[in-house]
Amino acid sequence: MANIIEIKNVYKSFYTTEGEISVIEDLNLTLEKGKIVAILGPSGSGKSTILNMLTQLIKPTKGTIEINGKIGYMFQKDNLLEWRNIRDNITIGLEIQKKITKEALAEIDRLLKIYGLWDFQYRYPRELSGGMRQRVALIRTLATDPDILLLDEPFSALDYQTRLLVSDDIYQIIKREHKEAILVTHDIGEAISMSDKVCVLSKRPATIKQVHVIDLTIEGERTPLIARKAPEFQDYFDQLWRELEVYAE
Amino acid sequence: MQNNGTKPISEGYQTFLNEQKKHKRNIALSQIMILVVFVAGWEILAKLQIINTFLFSYPSAIFKLFLTYVEDGSLFKHIGYSVWETILGFSIGTILGLIIAVMLWWSKTLAKILDPFLVVLNALPKTALAPIVIVWAGPGVKGIVVIAVTIAIVTTILSAYNYFINVEEDKIKMLKSFGATKWQILTKLILPSNIGNILNITKINIGLAWVGVIVGEFLVSRYGLGYLIVYGGQVFRLDLVMMGVVVLAVCALIMYQGVNLIEKYYKSKMNIH
Repeated sequence: MANIIEIKNVYKSFYTTEGEISVIEDLNLTLEKGKIVAILGPSGSGKSTILNMLTQLIKPTKGTIEINGKIGYMFQKDNLLEWRNIRDNITIGLEIQKKITKEALAEIDRLLKIYGLWDFQYRYPRELSGGMRQRVALIRTLATDPDILLLDEPFSALDYQTRLLVSDDIYQIIKREHKEAILVTHDIGEAISMSDKVCVLSKRPATIKQVHVIDLTIEGERTPLIARKAPEFQDYFDQLWRELEVYAE
Repeated sequence: MQNNGTKPISEGYQTFLNEQKKHKRNIALSQIMILVVFVAGWEILAKLQIINTFLFSYPSAIFKLFLTYVEDGSLFKHIGYSVWETILGFSIGTILGLIIAVMLWWSKTLAKILDPFLVVLNALPKTALAPIVIVWAGPGVKGIVVIAVTIAIVTTILSAYNYFINVEEDKIKMLKSFGATKWQILTKLILPSNIGNILNITKINIGLAWVGVIVGEFLVSRYGLGYLIVYGGQVFRLDLVMMGVVVLAVCALIMYQGVNLIEKYYKSKMNIH
């Protein structure tokens, strides 16, 4: 089966008047169908550069990026527009792409209903809690019907408890809507609990140093909260912790 | 803050509410007192010949003059001229300024090229340009409006441009991730997120436009409140000067409050507190 995303020997340098900075060197990464891949790295390791290349906001200096599907981006901050109500915030993607159709609106109704936002659709962002706002942000992304989700530290603006709940929430939405996702994070626990594969990024210039396939013993349906209780969780955690320390040196 | 009606108001809260009310009333009362004492004191001092009425005039004389000007209708002509010039001045200044600010936001290169010129224009007291403007644009309403525009436009450009470029980069990225064009970013993010700021600029511009209009009328004019004031000064009719100033203050206040009302309406409509 064809991979959803294939990054091959990608290099990226930034040019400034002070000189040339190599941010990414020889990056290779694949995302298979139905999977969630986490990219784990210390801050300043070029994680957002990788995402910006995937969304084609910037081009790689060398190498190829192959994407089979439409990308949806979810940010660290919810970026909701305060002057639009929840519904209008969710439709903004469709509005921009001029794709507001009866079917698209019906799809938004469905998303609003099953994710508990139906009663809040005419409320304004500041009336919602941080977790709910993040859920609105995800539905805004889902409304344009992307195949692949890019999650850029989507929970780091939330407090710890909310963060655990919201990551559970978002994980289930991704799985239920049958999307693939790339999760970028510096949080080891989050990377293990959410993804099928964790790629450890080195410090700058970044390249993938290690790939860990996450295989957890779980009875029943997997969710991030349950994954954290799996017996292997701590082993993965310790291993990733050590690797991050080594490469961050 | 709100009592939702299900809970009875506690005694302590009731006292707090009463005290708040009393405090508000005391402030309003003091404000009225200051005004009354000032006007009455002025009138009495003038009547007792303690202050020179030739230099200071006095309230009842000003009011009498006001009535004569109202009766023959000439006051309304003067107010009409000044208000019309101000409205033209600040709306042209604001709209043109905003359009230029959008252009600067659109092209970073243009912004960089124009930056030193704008800085100089901003530092320069624009009233110094008034005589030149009168020569170029001609006397009368046209020249006066251009002076008002000159004064209002520079600050509009600079502050609006500053607001525009300070819109969160992440929100722009969010729109771009949906494939938004520059025009869409402008109309769906930059402008709507700055409506409150634009209203603030408008409020400042009303004051600036009045400065321009009065300066213009001082220089060349047959009508307007500025003309009344400067004419009164030249012929030593201080009652006329004072009346002109008071009417001017009232007009400026009404216009300012008008924009305040629009702002309030916008905020309640947009659900902003």
